[in-house]
Amino acid sequence: MFKHYFEQIHNVEVWPIISLSIFFIFFVSLLIWVVRTDKNYIKAMSNLPMEDGAKPIEESKTIRS
Amino acid sequence: MELEKFSYDNKVVKYFIVATVIFGIVGMLVGLTLAIQLFYPIFNFDLPYTTFGRIRPLHTNAIIFAFVGNAMFAGVYYSMQRLLKTRMFSDALSWINFWGWQLIILAAAITLPLGMTTSKEYAELEWPIDIAITLIWVVFGINMIGTILKRREKHMYVAIWFYIATFVTVAVLHVVNSFEMPVTLFKSYSWYAGVQDALVQWWYGHNAVAFFLTTPFLGLMYYYLPKAANRPVYSYKLSIIHFWSLIFIYIWAGPHHLLYTSLPNWAQSLGVVFSVMLIAPSWGGMLNGLLTLRGAWDKVREEPVLKFMVVAVTAYGMSTFEGPMLSLKNVNAIAHFTDWIIAHVHIGGLGWNGFMTFGMLYFLIPKMWGTKLFSVKLANAHFWLGTLGIIIYALPLYVAGVTQSLMWKEFNAEGFLEYKNFLETVVQILPLYMLRAIGGFLYLIGAFIMTYNLIKTAGQGTFIANEDAEAAPLEKAPKQVETGWHSVLERKPVIFTVLTLIAIVIGGVIEMVPTFLIESNVPTIASVKPYTPLELHGRDIYIREGCVSCHSQMVRPFRSETERYGEYSKAGEFVYDHPFLWGSKRTGPDLHRVGKKYPNSWHYYHMLEPGVVSAGSIMPPYPWLYEAAIDKSATAGKITALRTIGVPYAEGYEETANEDLDSQAAEIAKSLMDEDGIEIAKEAEIIALIAYLQRLGTDIKVKEGQTTASN
Repeated sequence: MFKHYFEQIHNVEVWPIISLSIFFIFFVSLLIWVVRTDKNYIKAMSNLPMEDGAKPIEESKTIRS
Repeated sequence: MELEKFSYDNKVVKYFIVATVIFGIVGMLVGLTLAIQLFYPIFNFDLPYTTFGRIRPLHTNAIIFAFVGNAMFAGVYYSMQRLLKTRMFSDALSWINFWGWQLIILAAAITLPLGMTTSKEYAELEWPIDIAITLIWVVFGINMIGTILKRREKHMYVAIWFYIATFVTVAVLHVVNSFEMPVTLFKSYSWYAGVQDALVQWWYGHNAVAFFLTTPFLGLMYYYLPKAANRPVYSYKLSIIHFWSLIFIYIWAGPHHLLYTSLPNWAQSLGVVFSVMLIAPSWGGMLNGLLTLRGAWDKVREEPVLKFMVVAVTAYGMSTFEGPMLSLKNVNAIAHFTDWIIAHVHIGGLGWNGFMTFGMLYFLIPKMWGTKLFSVKLANAHFWLGTLGIIIYALPLYVAGVTQSLMWKEFNAEGFLEYKNFLETVVQILPLYMLRAIGGFLYLIGAFIMTYNLIKTAGQGTFIANEDAEAAPLEKAPKQVETGWHSVLERKPVIFTVLTLIAIVIGGVIEMVPTFLIESNVPTIASVKPYTPLELHGRDIYIREGCVSCHSQMVRPFRSETERYGEYSKAGEFVYDHPFLWGSKRTGPDLHRVGKKYPNSWHYYHMLEPGVVSAGSIMPPYPWLYEAAIDKSATAGKITALRTIGVPYAEGYEETANEDLDSQAAEIAKSLMDEDGIEIAKEAEIIALIAYLQRLGTDIKVKEGQTTASN
């Protein structure tokens, strides 16, 4: 139905291929990095919310959590 | 090691919290009113300012930008300081952010009921407010990036990435979608037209859901859920993958809002594929949240904060499963334009955003006032009322959506539509609308209980405006192990921000560039002409009254639709539509082929008393259109503005446009007089509206069979 529209766009078929490869390459390198990354670093990062440097006075008064 | 002493700014967080609660209740009250209007149209109060079409955008804007927006700012300002171990970059900017945002909300609350709207969903606010939003958003961004730069923590926790992505993407979305040509101080036309405008709008609309309602709240989840459970997130590795894949994929999915429309097919397919892929990161995030509580579910039983968050994350999981399903073309064919979509967004809105916000508030108020929650029992009551409210809200709407859709598509043995009259399919689902309102009411009661509980909690404690803290400065911080490019990235906020920008821009560009090229390549349908001045005024009244809230202008290529409405809509028919008015919901029938379907007098009586012309109609009456006069002084400005953005009105036409307007109006007034003896001034707004409605979809009717074949 829209064939004649995108027949007039230069190389329209290449757009989806570019998009897929960009996504694929980035994602694969991210996966490789995540799998290979250091455990201590991950542990330190995931503990960040627990260490906010606030004085412990407030802590004792807070709700049970 | 020398520790630096500083304090966290709780005061601005407190103000954002107060605004969250107030606007949450206001937004929900407006929502409840809308829900009631659908089965008791009398609650439109026959006033322009309170009709469904005008206050529907008020509800969506209040919930998205005022309730969720303020909750986001509160959550971000609280958690960012603590995750980066520093006070916000600038107190002054924090306060400009706060008051600026509230002023924008106030402006929205005034202009929307007055009918000042661009009609583009979730971007209804007119151009001066758009500029204000841009400025305040930039203030927020500067404050955030500034805080990150002066941090005492070397690495940025994953929540911060979500905040950065939110800032960057919302800025891009807002600016691109708000390109408009001002006509007056509170009237503008979208820069884009028709198909293009639709694509840009839903690229925006979909990603506003993604980057205003989802990513900031995922950031909040990654901070507050571990914090409330007092244990680290289940898998930090998963959260890294979650982040990048989410922001990468989300931006592509917008066209799934336009399936079976006149949008080019390849763009529709692209939207579907990415929508389905989106399920992976979304569920990765949901599982990461829920699994954080593994082995600690006993805490969930006792701790209201966790209860709310568990339901919130579950609702996130539900709606992010439903979203991809709805974007499959075969499911979309049934669900689109029905109440199914309303149910879907409310699982997200009430469940994910609402409950996440409530959980956060129950966590923050005791902390910031150095006390315990006033009543756990009341919080539990709120929890159950809210949960029940969501279920009673959503389930009837699912049933309503499917029922109505099947009725639209039902053919009888003779091959005719079983329910020819659209109204039959509306009357059928009214009881379900009533149930939905009850659900919403329960949810609102819960919010009132929370407000009481939080005020009492604050009352029994003392507010800690500046919370003392200490941490080592960045340069003296102990060296952490560096493992590769990503951990380096987390130390470079600016590069990180740029990469995020690139990730989201790629999707937008690849989706839009070809569509923009199309504009210059579309073989314009020869018979499609710009609107006459009178029709243009009528169209602006249509926009002002928010008709688009309930009526689509997009006949999809299904037999059930072409039988009911007429020839399906073609891309070339919308080239002069600034903005497009395809709509997203059919509470009433589609109007794209309504032109010349009824006599002028039918429209005249119908707009005056819909319930009399169509017994049982739930459409509100529009008596004011019969008294107010068309603002002819605006004609020239409108013509000039539209010519600037590409509508081919002849040079100098603005000078004579009002003459054409007068003669067309006189013709309609005369036909009303001759056919039905109706006496009405030819300047009345209803005349312009009739002119517009009678024009709709008639361009290609004129030469039926000649111009349509090529499309």
